Amino acid sequence: MRPRGFLVRGALVLGLVFLYVPIVSMIVFSFNNSRLVTVWDAAHSPTLKWYGTLLNNQQILSAAWLSIRIALIAASGAVVLGTLAGIALVRFGAWRGRTLLAGMTTAPIVMPEVITGLSLLLLFVALQQLIGWPRGVGAVTITLAHITFCMAFVTVVVQSRLAGFDESLEEAAMDLGARPLRVFFRITLPLILPAIASGWLLAFTLSWDDLVTTQFVAGPGSSTLPMVIFSKVRFGVTPDVNALATIMVLIVASGIALSSVWMRLRQRRRERDLQLAASTEEVSAI
Amino acid sequence: MARLTLTSGRRLVAGIPILWLLVLFLIPFLIVFRISFSEVRLAIPPYTPLIVWHHGRASLELHTSAYAFLFTDPLYISSYLYSLKVAAVSTLCCLLIGYPMAYAIARAGAASRQVLLMLVVLPFWTSFLLRVYAWIGLLNNNGVINNVLLYLGIIRHPLVLLQTDFAVYIGIVYSYLPFMILPLYANLEKHDPALLEAAADLGARPWRAFLAITLPQSFAGIVAGSLLVFIPAVGEYVIPTLLGRTDQLMIGRVLSDEFFENRDWPVASAVAIVILLLLVIPIMLFQRIQRRELEATP
Repeated sequence: MRPRGFLVRGALVLGLVFLYVPIVSMIVFSFNNSRLVTVWDAAHSPTLKWYGTLLNNQQILSAAWLSIRIALIAASGAVVLGTLAGIALVRFGAWRGRTLLAGMTTAPIVMPEVITGLSLLLLFVALQQLIGWPRGVGAVTITLAHITFCMAFVTVVVQSRLAGFDESLEEAAMDLGARPLRVFFRITLPLILPAIASGWLLAFTLSWDDLVTTQFVAGPGSSTLPMVIFSKVRFGVTPDVNALATIMVLIVASGIALSSVWMRLRQRRRERDLQLAASTEEVSAI
Repeated sequence: MARLTLTSGRRLVAGIPILWLLVLFLIPFLIVFRISFSEVRLAIPPYTPLIVWHHGRASLELHTSAYAFLFTDPLYISSYLYSLKVAAVSTLCCLLIGYPMAYAIARAGAASRQVLLMLVVLPFWTSFLLRVYAWIGLLNNNGVINNVLLYLGIIRHPLVLLQTDFAVYIGIVYSYLPFMILPLYANLEKHDPALLEAAADLGARPWRAFLAITLPQSFAGIVAGSLLVFIPAVGEYVIPTLLGRTDQLMIGRVLSDEFFENRDWPVASAVAIVILLLLVIPIMLFQRIQRRELEATP
């Protein structure tokens, strides 16, 4: 479009290459026979042997299972709290305490994780002394910590969706005599459902992926998948981690592909409905 | 203004998240603050109490030894300065790489825009830890980059890339680039192309028009993206631990080592408080931008 469009587009391509080279290299080397991760053993590759090693590694499997359970609970808890916070921030006008809530939901997004982790652990230690709960650290404290930092992200997602449509629909329902809870479940919730869904996915990913905060609030016997990976790769590369990365990329990529197909179908249906509505309007105008 | 729910109902809706965050976000900071003013001792918990009962009288005991320690041992000061430097350089690199990318995406056609945005976000959905780990394999002495350069005859001996400042910059830029691109894109996408056309009609060269119109207009996006990279990068732990130098630690690593290796809770807490003091202005700035961004949406 402009003379420098060429340059800018080149920068975009280079940037995308930069983003994908490490991922592609992990995928390629996951099929490498050599134990030396970065030396391609052409005679015996490609091979699936690291996938076999991975699937027989009981430590990784049980850590993955723990991570999944924590992420499921943490994402669901974060969605409930984040949705409440989002509604309170957007729909309640200027109430006392709004600034406090707004501050406490944006700060965790940028807070360095070592600080979040340290402060949460010290809280759990203090609580244990004071009221005897939680008993030691482990899956419960990890889940509480994850809910806390995930809800901040959900709040932002829900908040921007709520701010995107005005209150007239809710007002109309109220004027027609609907009770507040009914308005929420029939009007507000369906409207913000896409935001809640993407907030849940985001929270699940953040929880599933978290290492630093988790390390602070985890105890013996509650090693999540990132903790196991970190202790493995801290002292060098191990080929079965490449296989694990490949599986994870595959899952994410197919999930995104499926969701974009679904969105496109929905979009097409909506366009058809709109056309239909427009044509009936024309008919009734005649 | 419509009343969405009864006042008591509203109070419940707002009260639950506030209570949760008070207990699990705000109070923990007060505890860190309080422990930073005690001294380490061999007991459970491993620090001195704040209020000491002496002959039936309570007295407040504030120790500043943890802070004194931070400012006398050069290890801490150099770690703080090094962390700020690494975060600043990485943020600048992110901006220089991310701005053209965001600009190109914002100027692309509507269909390809969605695909490009997805390509930028997709790595974010795959494990952060594994993506940092991938760079070990690329930067190693017998890693992919060295092998390619040796094969092409550009170098004769492998370059030392891992455990250098360069590796940490690469790791941070790589991991945080989407956080720079997204707010920049959100900003650039809203610009009105008519302004640039008017500038072109008046005879301005594209570069001049960019510097005079686009760049100043995108200032809010630049600040938002930079803060999203800079603030967490200062306390980064995983990237310098996996890719970085062993003779110069970043402050996040120092904090973690104080806590886990030295078991010195007061010093670890003091390290955290000083990081927060360094970041309080950027964090407040970020909150203001975030608030304006969320409230400006129509």
